[in-house]
Amino acid sequence: MTALALVISAIAAVACVLWVAGPFLREPTVAGAADLFDDLDPAASQALVLAEERDRALGALKELEFDHRTGKISDNDYREQVGPLRREAADALRQIEAAQP
Amino acid sequence: MSEVGRAALLVCLALALYATVAGAFAARERRRRLAVSAQRALYAAFASAVVASIVLFSALLRHDFSFVYVADHTSSKLPWYFCLSAFWGGQEGSLLLWLLVLTGFAAAAVFLQRRAQDLIAWVVPVLGICGVFFAFVLVAVTSPFATQVRPAEGFGLNPSLQNPYMIAHPPALYLGYVGLAIPFAFAMGALLSGRTDERWIIVTRRWTLIAWAFLGIGQLLGSHWAYEEIGWGGYFAWDPVENAALMPWLAATAFLHSVMVQEKKGMLKVWNMLLVALAFNLSIFGTFLTRSGVLNSVHTFTEGPLGPWFLGFLCFSVVGSLALILWRLPLLRSKTKLESLISREATFLYNNLLLVALCLTILWGVAFPMLSELVRGTTVTVGQPYYNFFLRSFGLPLLLLMGIGPLIAWRRASLKSLGRTFVIPAITAVVAGIALLIAGAGSSTPGMIAYTFSAFVLASIVLEFWRGTRARRTLSNVGWLRALGELVSRNRRRYGGYVVHAAIVLLAAGIAGSSAYGKETEGKLKPGQSLSAGGYTVTYRSLTREPKGNHVELRALVDVYRGGKQVGVMAPGKNEYFAEQQVSNEMAIRTDFLRAEDLNLILDQPNEDGSIFLKMVVKPLVNLIWLSGLIFVLGSVITLWPDAREQRRLVARYQSARAHGRA
Repeated sequence: MTALALVISAIAAVACVLWVAGPFLREPTVAGAADLFDDLDPAASQALVLAEERDRALGALKELEFDHRTGKISDNDYREQVGPLRREAADALRQIEAAQP
Repeated sequence: MSEVGRAALLVCLALALYATVAGAFAARERRRRLAVSAQRALYAAFASAVVASIVLFSALLRHDFSFVYVADHTSSKLPWYFCLSAFWGGQEGSLLLWLLVLTGFAAAAVFLQRRAQDLIAWVVPVLGICGVFFAFVLVAVTSPFATQVRPAEGFGLNPSLQNPYMIAHPPALYLGYVGLAIPFAFAMGALLSGRTDERWIIVTRRWTLIAWAFLGIGQLLGSHWAYEEIGWGGYFAWDPVENAALMPWLAATAFLHSVMVQEKKGMLKVWNMLLVALAFNLSIFGTFLTRSGVLNSVHTFTEGPLGPWFLGFLCFSVVGSLALILWRLPLLRSKTKLESLISREATFLYNNLLLVALCLTILWGVAFPMLSELVRGTTVTVGQPYYNFFLRSFGLPLLLLMGIGPLIAWRRASLKSLGRTFVIPAITAVVAGIALLIAGAGSSTPGMIAYTFSAFVLASIVLEFWRGTRARRTLSNVGWLRALGELVSRNRRRYGGYVVHAAIVLLAAGIAGSSAYGKETEGKLKPGQSLSAGGYTVTYRSLTREPKGNHVELRALVDVYRGGKQVGVMAPGKNEYFAEQQVSNEMAIRTDFLRAEDLNLILDQPNEDGSIFLKMVVKPLVNLIWLSGLIFVLGSVITLWPDAREQRRLVARYQSARAHGRA
């Protein structure tokens, strides 16, 4: 039983090694930039921040509209808040456009 | 086959170590093939943990007593289904379950995000470190595959674990504990990579919800087990082991709320990192508490093999996560501020402060006896009054906030609109309070407050659904039912959350009812004699003794009367287990579904002359606690349901950012 167990364990260990080494066995000669995974450069990171701000402002506008419709927000409160939120969304959109080449 | 189990654990350790080292190097140098190789190591580590688990489980099923673990936790007469309980009934098995769930969750989380290499690059080594720790403990410190000369019989399984709830409770709890490793790993990965945008939160929200839901369900299953099996008529005793599961759940609850503020307002980034680290570290602390022996005595834990290792890992995790948060503080600064103290985000903040305060007071209650023994050499017990005081102090305002929060808009709300939205829930609460006083429930002030607040919360939830459905109906021009479906499917998190709130209200009502208005009595009874409490009268008839499988059942037959009419026969008793040489309490429970009330009979002492000591406990509304579990599951499923629009929005955001970068 011990010998059989050792053989099973050895086969399983070798299978694991082959599985883990798979990316190198499949592409043995890749080097340099081809072996680097995608990452965001500073310009893309900045664009991501702006996109987040845009989505957040648009989401807040949508939420405000719905809260107003359900009666949670009065007409006065709605009028007070909708302007700044629209400006935030417009600012984010403008900055995204300005950042585009 | 123990060699296969040992080899599988060794391979698992090597793979986790490789995932850590190769993963960290690949993340730092952005090496694509090495990163994929490290991910594959995590998948293979899971496969190895599965093999090790199969080996142990098959040994338990075969009652192979040459395994020390099997001999210590089973006997040849143990029914096969309780071999599952035996798997996690002991230290080594439960740690193997930790490793199995950890590697399984790690493999699934990494596989689902495999295309976002920059996101998971640092997640792999963080999960790898956790895997290394648990695999190392199982390989080098306390192995489930230790063998011996096969004895003729095993010691059997602790009788209290021979209960169906013990098949489900520990795995549910472990899925919760270990599940918290995933948001923790993504949070630490975000800090390490410097990508502290919203992505890690969106990606891990469902993992946090899964872990949180399992922790909640696991605790309720555990409470039901304690209620049925321990036989003292209660369901939660502020035991350190129970507190160990409650603390990370409270921290995760705070995180699930505060994370919404980050998503909506870009605020609380540091706080969210702290909460996710707190929740994970508390789950490690909980495992340390239950597995190190520190609960018996602070001085014995160093004598056991596990304590120092766990303490070391806990310190490493706490210090490491705090150091990373401090290092990345500049990236976590928020651009926006709280606009008003009367706003949805402000209520989330209050809710967070109360949840964390409750969590930390429980932590202090658990840690104080250990610290006292360590520093002053005296053993101190922190009893239920301490915990109950803080539960009332923080829990009741939390209950009220659950009703206030949904009624307040984001950003800010004027007092006028607040007054308008509050009027119906407030009137409902006042009417409920007066009705309860008239019904004679005024004997307990905390109970009265809890019920009044519960009425307020339920009214605000119903109002939210009604107003939302009405607005959706007007917008889409559809029927009420379709509008309700659209409302929930368009914002599953919000409305699923309200369903969970309704479950918490039921839980609070159940706890308040059963603890504040419960009745109990006890006495020595000879055949024909009676006891009365809470409107019930029970008459003891006779004592029976019957051999069953691996035990003998001793039962007292008792007639139950209510309002002078016999409503049933109950049979409280004890089971005497042969192999285990232990006796278990078998409480008899009679449920009145209309009143959600239980009558519990506990046979304390059967005497040779045929007399018994019988304890009678009436628990009003206790079944609301178990019902709340079902509603909690429903709410969790609604909240967890994938939102394709959100995923599309995230993908589009990243695609457009990448396009900017390339240009």
